[in-house]
Amino acid sequence: MSKVVEVRNLTKAYGSVLAVNRMSFSIEAGKIYGLLGRNGAGKTTIMQIITARLFPSSGEVLVLGEHPYENSRVLSQICFIKDSQKYPNGYRVLDVLDQAALFFPHWDREYAFALVEAFRLPLSRGMKALSRGMLSAAGIIVGLASRAPLTIFDEPYLGLDAVARGIFYERLLEDYAEHPRTVIISTHLIDEVSRLLEHILVIDQGRLVLDEEAETLRGRAFTVVGPEARVDTYTAGKELLAREPLGGLVSATIMGNGNMEDRKCAEELGLELAPVSLQQLIVYLTSEPSTRKAVEVR
Amino acid sequence: MEYLIDEKRPIFVQIAERIENDIIDGELPEESQIPSTNQFASFYQINPATAAKGVNLLVDQGILYKKRGLGMYVAPGARAKLLEKRREQFFEQYIVPMLQEAEKLGITIEQLTEMMQRRVKAQ
Repeated sequence: MSKVVEVRNLTKAYGSVLAVNRMSFSIEAGKIYGLLGRNGAGKTTIMQIITARLFPSSGEVLVLGEHPYENSRVLSQICFIKDSQKYPNGYRVLDVLDQAALFFPHWDREYAFALVEAFRLPLSRGMKALSRGMLSAAGIIVGLASRAPLTIFDEPYLGLDAVARGIFYERLLEDYAEHPRTVIISTHLIDEVSRLLEHILVIDQGRLVLDEEAETLRGRAFTVVGPEARVDTYTAGKELLAREPLGGLVSATIMGNGNMEDRKCAEELGLELAPVSLQQLIVYLTSEPSTRKAVEVR
Repeated sequence: MEYLIDEKRPIFVQIAERIENDIIDGELPEESQIPSTNQFASFYQINPATAAKGVNLLVDQGILYKKRGLGMYVAPGARAKLLEKRREQFFEQYIVPMLQEAEKLGITIEQLTEMMQRRVKAQ
């Protein structure tokens, strides 16, 4: 499959702080990616480098096979929607849509207006007079109607209510099915978006900690509960994500190898078993070991 | 429709199970067309690639087959094949845990048999 983005050994330093620390990954064409991690993990920095808004300290980024810096051929293929988007004074919603139409070669005007209606956005209102949620909706409309081969949403839902977020997810899936393209969603609302994602990148403190297909991850981690000795026998040699005493028992969360054998094995040892959701798994991967708590077992 | 899918198991497995259930119930008769990948994706609000993976799992098992340019169809003999598979799983999935729980609660085999007969009569 062709690669839309290639990140090689990327580092971005702010003084002595490494916002991105020797990171390498690639983004394949036609998939929806989740870029997940806690606040300050380096998500936005990476996206700003990919979209040529920021220079890396070292390493290389190729977008559509080329360097993105001052490369209009590449940049016209990218749509980057971020929550802190600034608009010129006096711009109305309508002006933003007109500008987008000029910039994005695949812009669909009719679709943009259908989305304006779905999100109930007042077309002639000034951008500065929009509520936080409406501002987010405007960004989402530009992101979807741009039909850009690489569309990036950086926490696009600030201030959006649950209904509007639902509309966003629904329209994204629908339009993606009709016009396949590469989408990157950066978010910490993992539970809400995880089912939309095909591939997941998790970063923590500037490092890539996970690069895997969403379906491979789902159900792979699980928690076992039982008497300490038996739990420790079971978890020996396995990737332990968390361990917590629970009265006389111990609860341990491990990353399974994906087959059913290790679960059978746990049942045979008489251990209680509970699956771990994607959101919980990512919490484990991105929290300090001391604060990790094993999930509750029903 | 989000509540239909749980996040703790691979979603493609759950899609395959739902199609299997519809075939067993007769909702999807043999030689009938199943919804497209995009229809599944939009109904369950999941990634289309995930839906396709679930459908392909059943294609590999000979439960579904592809008609070129038309879509996916339920294969002849699919229901019998699924019933056989589910009956094999019935023992592990229902009988074993039921007996374990019965033992824990001190319910005898005779009492269990009596319960089942009572239930059948009530229906």
